[in-house]
Amino acid sequence: MIKLAALVQNETLKLWLKKRFIVIVLILLILIPVFTYAEHKVVSNHAEHFADWRNQILQQIADMENTLSSDRIPEEWKRDRRIAVQQLQYYLDHDINPSEPSGVQFTREFLGNSITLFIPMLVLAIGTDIVSGERTSGTIKMLLTRPVKRWKVLLSKLCALTLYVSLTIAVTVILCYLISGFVFGYGGWSAPILTGFKIEGSAIDSSSVHAVPQWRFLLMQAGLCWFSAMTVAALGLMVSVLIRSTAASLVTMMSAIIAGTILSSMSSSWASAKYLFSVNLKLTGYLEGTPPPIEGMTLPFSLSVLAIWGALGLIVSFRVFTKGDILN
Amino acid sequence: MEEKNSPVLRVKDLRKTIRGQAIVERISFEIQRGEKFGFLGPNGAGKTTTIRMLVDLIKPTGGTVEICGYDVQRRPEQALRHVGCIVENPEAYSYMTGRENLEHFARMADGVSRERIQEVAEIVKLQERIDDKVKTYSLGMRQRLGIAQALLARPKLLILDEPTNGLDPKGIKELRAFVHRLAEEGISLLISSHMLSEVQMLCERVLIMDRGRMIATGKIDELIQGAPRYVYWRFDSLEAGAAELGRDPRISLRSGPAAESHPADTIAADMPEEIIADTVDRLSACGIGIKAVYQTEPTLEELFLALTGSESLD
Repeated sequence: MIKLAALVQNETLKLWLKKRFIVIVLILLILIPVFTYAEHKVVSNHAEHFADWRNQILQQIADMENTLSSDRIPEEWKRDRRIAVQQLQYYLDHDINPSEPSGVQFTREFLGNSITLFIPMLVLAIGTDIVSGERTSGTIKMLLTRPVKRWKVLLSKLCALTLYVSLTIAVTVILCYLISGFVFGYGGWSAPILTGFKIEGSAIDSSSVHAVPQWRFLLMQAGLCWFSAMTVAALGLMVSVLIRSTAASLVTMMSAIIAGTILSSMSSSWASAKYLFSVNLKLTGYLEGTPPPIEGMTLPFSLSVLAIWGALGLIVSFRVFTKGDILN
Repeated sequence: MEEKNSPVLRVKDLRKTIRGQAIVERISFEIQRGEKFGFLGPNGAGKTTTIRMLVDLIKPTGGTVEICGYDVQRRPEQALRHVGCIVENPEAYSYMTGRENLEHFARMADGVSRERIQEVAEIVKLQERIDDKVKTYSLGMRQRLGIAQALLARPKLLILDEPTNGLDPKGIKELRAFVHRLAEEGISLLISSHMLSEVQMLCERVLIMDRGRMIATGKIDELIQGAPRYVYWRFDSLEAGAAELGRDPRISLRSGPAAESHPADTIAADMPEEIIADTVDRLSACGIGIKAVYQTEPTLEELFLALTGSESLD
């Protein structure tokens, strides 16, 4: 019996030697300082104008309410802003600063913003050629003529992929904290963050709102990020099995994900779009209490949709990989 | 399960149909221990498809493949551990070193030690470059790395698909010596090729394939004896020479142009060896200028003609 661990070691080693992970770390090392600087500019700008954060929130609320009276703003935007106003008011009422600048706060915002596009892109950078690359180079023939069952080969690839997805999210969080903390300070672990907003139409049900320390919020965010990243990885694996060309697999997956972001921002009246996986990727939105892209979507709903898509992706991958003829 | 006397490879009624088109039809053969077996046929004859079915890359439409008594379809893990193979090109991970490649495939087999990796690197004379990245290797070195990889788990059967493709004459010579040494050690070999001369040098027994069908199988020397050994003539004047040659009833001229490897003005004649000298004298006496007379080993094409009686390969 060939041990699965040895196969996973092979796949992990190959991904490592292809220098994919190093590229990801480099991208993060370039992007995070850029965003940190931008955030720093915003923070110092606010600090100049407002001595107290409460004044700043009041100003934000006033600005949004002004735009609400305008006729030129679409109804969906108004709805989103009404919700945002209610949330800010809630923070104000409970005397909690929603964005006390700190390393942890920056990391939290970064994760929330990167879950729909940036992290899926990093996952695809690692995983899209995990099978198609072996086909292109012809090494798939060596891999599948060894005395190892095909499903074990694919499972080892999935394990290696899972490992790198987890590592990517961990490294994103760690680098974010370390780099932004240099500017904003390394504190903010225990700052209270409100979660549990329930959105009903344009109103907020705040009955189940409660404060959690920011570190817990960050941990929940990271977990949700991992979940949506794994869904992307599973679908990426399927596309990599089905499409021989690596470039074509990458384009296919990226278009699917970008299409989801566009559909979400259209906040469309096309309700059945909520069953598409890429519309459901922004799981962290449920924690923050931002309105879902399509009405009626909830965290359990999105988790189930992603789980079903991911499972289907894996079933197709394994079926095709174990049964298909290697003709090239 | 593993019978001591069972052949290393037993193929029975192997068939493959892709989208209604028969690629391989009813191939059967056996390879015994230590045997060097050739797989001969023009490009597109179905050799590679057959080889892919032998090593579980393609599922056969019908028929069975047994390696050392194990069915490749039903028990791939037991069957494939006895096989080392290079299918078409020698492939390796170019971003890894030769040694990392060998270690990678060693982890996919049972009981391959570090010493064995060093040993196979030495067998294929790659020990000095084994720690260099594969992308810096020449084609010949990649070929040798491929063979090293195939030998790692001490296979009983080594399958090489068109092994001389892209090798220079020196490389081919080395490969030949290497193949003979492996066979002496008791490894069975299956070598596919579209060149008769190559298979003749490397193998004892052959299976000849064309358009997915088995045309002949047997000892290569016996098959070749059945093929005519043409005598090739080149004259100053083609017509006069041909007319004069044809006058002798023991000589039959082959219609149509000679094989591609000969100049266009060459006439191929089927005639006994003993009368060549006399015929040269006779033609000279008639005043016909002879530019060249020579005999060659039959080509695959000529062997095909003899075996199938058809006019050409296609």
